[in-house]
Amino acid sequence: MIAARLQSGPFDPAAEQAALLAGRTDLGAAVQFTGLVRADDGLAALTLEHYPGMTLAQMQAIAAEAAKRWPGVLGSIIHRHGRLLPGEPIVLVTTASPHRGDAFAAAQFLMDWLKTKAPFWKKEEWANGTTRWVEAKASDDAAADRWA
Amino acid sequence: MVELLYFAWVREQIGVDAETVALPANITSVAALLDWLASRSPGHAAALANRSRIRVAVDQAFATPDTPVAGAREIAIFPPVTGG
Repeated sequence: MIAARLQSGPFDPAAEQAALLAGRTDLGAAVQFTGLVRADDGLAALTLEHYPGMTLAQMQAIAAEAAKRWPGVLGSIIHRHGRLLPGEPIVLVTTASPHRGDAFAAAQFLMDWLKTKAPFWKKEEWANGTTRWVEAKASDDAAADRWA
Repeated sequence: MVELLYFAWVREQIGVDAETVALPANITSVAALLDWLASRSPGHAAALANRSRIRVAVDQAFATPDTPVAGAREIAIFPPVTGG
């Protein structure tokens, strides 16, 4: 089971991992990835727009695909939307499994697909009011295609 | 009638986040829809000028240029996604 959540507010990685592991003694590996707003070129803020009617369903579909490929993996994915400041967390992927290989692989898959198959768009904003939409990267498409 | 939704710079260039339109009967695919939409205003034309930078979802499922649009209730048009 891999759960998906979409929210504007922050998340607590330690609490997410603790919730996943609670009451389990069969898990030997827990992996966690947090994506953060990086202040490239003096960036002041990053706004994440999304497609309200589709985003959560798409995140759930990505989670379901990971659960199908790695049946022994437990996990959760959380993606934020709205205006975020440098240093703030954007996305959290938490996985756990009996052995580390599956937990690492599922976490990487979840991030690669979140980047390329979930309807979010990032808009960068600088202190002087300049804004710019982030361009999709071919390297992200290539990373996602590895799992095809 | 079909609800068209626009996101990110597609929304900004067209100038609205949604519009409801009656599709002409000869508009049967995503590619034909984009051609038809591009003729509606200079903003539409600018937003849709480079089709390689346009992605489409028909009834909340990612589509390709040849995806049928007949009977669709909601069609979203947006740039390649950049989340994560």
